[in-house]
Amino acid sequence: MQYLVSVIHDKRELGTEAERAAVSAFNQRLKAKGHWVFAGGLGSPDTATVIDNRGEEAIFTDGPFLESKEYLAGFWVMEAPDMDVMLELAAEASKACNRKLEVRPFL
Amino acid sequence: MQSKARGAAVPVNTVDVRAAITYVHHEEWARIVAALTRRFGDLDIAEEAAAEAFANAVEHWPAEGMPPNPGAWLTTVAIRRAIDRLRRENKRDDKEKEAQMSYDEDRPELSVAIEDDRLRLIFTCCHPSLALDARVALTLRMVGGLTVPEIARAFLVQETAIGQRITRAKAKIRAARIPYNLPSTEALPTRISGVLAVLYLVFNEGYLATGPDTDPVRQELTAEAIRLTRSIRALMPDDGEVAGLLALMLLIEARRSARVSATGELITLDRQDRGAWDAPLISEGHGLVRERLASGLAPGRYQLLAAINAVHTSARDMRDTDWSQVVALYDLLARLDRSPIVALNRAIAVAELEGAEPALIAIEQLEDKLVGYHAYHATRADLLRRLGRSEKARAAYDQALQLAGNTAETAYLKRRRDELG
Repeated sequence: MQYLVSVIHDKRELGTEAERAAVSAFNQRLKAKGHWVFAGGLGSPDTATVIDNRGEEAIFTDGPFLESKEYLAGFWVMEAPDMDVMLELAAEASKACNRKLEVRPFL
Repeated sequence: MQSKARGAAVPVNTVDVRAAITYVHHEEWARIVAALTRRFGDLDIAEEAAAEAFANAVEHWPAEGMPPNPGAWLTTVAIRRAIDRLRRENKRDDKEKEAQMSYDEDRPELSVAIEDDRLRLIFTCCHPSLALDARVALTLRMVGGLTVPEIARAFLVQETAIGQRITRAKAKIRAARIPYNLPSTEALPTRISGVLAVLYLVFNEGYLATGPDTDPVRQELTAEAIRLTRSIRALMPDDGEVAGLLALMLLIEARRSARVSATGELITLDRQDRGAWDAPLISEGHGLVRERLASGLAPGRYQLLAAINAVHTSARDMRDTDWSQVVALYDLLARLDRSPIVALNRAIAVAELEGAEPALIAIEQLEDKLVGYHAYHATRADLLRRLGRSEKARAAYDQALQLAGNTAETAYLKRRRDELG
């Protein structure tokens, strides 16, 4: 079972050196225990472009598509047998990156 | 059981069988749902199959008689129904079915201590990924076996809203793969408070059962809540709130038989035969309250409620009750819990300490929040009666009667209203 773990943040500055080191160490543990699928940090919402090619021609506009105080700063995709294991991992991840997280299952 | 929906006149022996089915329902429902959840890994399948098995019993038992082992009969029928449903839905491939809910047979740290499917069912229904109101509704449906209308009445919420809550919760459990497991030792403390809130609500539903066709006290619900709270205390003997909740339940349960008259009418605290209270339960409850006091730790909500009930059960007579102590404990409670129901109960104690007038002023400030709550109107009616304002009291009794669902309470309120001059 795979889960998307979204990193929610509401400030502009990037993670600190200590946060990056903690995330890196956490990622190593994920890999060692077989929970790792993928992860990445994202550029700020200012760097987003919105694409809509549902009509006649593709339209490209300056993003983000949703203006809000809180935004998606990065994500993990993790493998876990069930929600309880997932929540233990997510609690550890939140501590490591020092951010609030949201967990959602893949269909 | 949904007996209301089923025809009017039935032969006497059918009535007996119906009563027996209701009894079996109270006894066996959670066990059947838990066993089927373990077997099929899906709450929805378990609930539906269990409900169908009971509907089948209602159909066949009156004519064919009760089977010698009703629980086994119902479990067999429910399993057959579940398998039928899975066959009908064979478009779901095996992998998906397997993924619906995981069940881990050997969580070594806990499965030795408690091997209780119903406790697993409770922790699943009370999972923190579910909203609190969904946990409560789901637990009452799955573990308590209450119908959606009964749950709606207990929580002053529309039936459709409760139905949706349960459906969405089951869908989330399936989609997010919330497991049918006891939590790990590390996760246990945080998982426990949600469970306690739910157990207390189950206890209350048993203690003040709703529904015109149901007994005024559903002892199987209070007993089940106590049994499950005891199991959790065995797991967490140092948790103050677990001890507090158990003490609270015991001290309320101890007064159960004195609380309803032979004719099925509620007997208020001032008129109860205190000699009929269950002394061993009271002594156990007092022991738990003393244990918490000795810990020197700040009490939580359940410990304060238990302490209030300890004061009540220490008095030989209503007049001997230390009401200033009761009010002081409610003041502490109000700091933790700003619920208008706490304020209402505090006002009831104030009435004993300072008289009906200040209590009435206090409760009438709560009207906006409690206008749909029968106990608000019943309390107001009683205070108005004591103040000799009969006409207003009668109107308040009428409002309380419209909202009250408990048969003993309804009988009491009717008599009180009719005694007004």
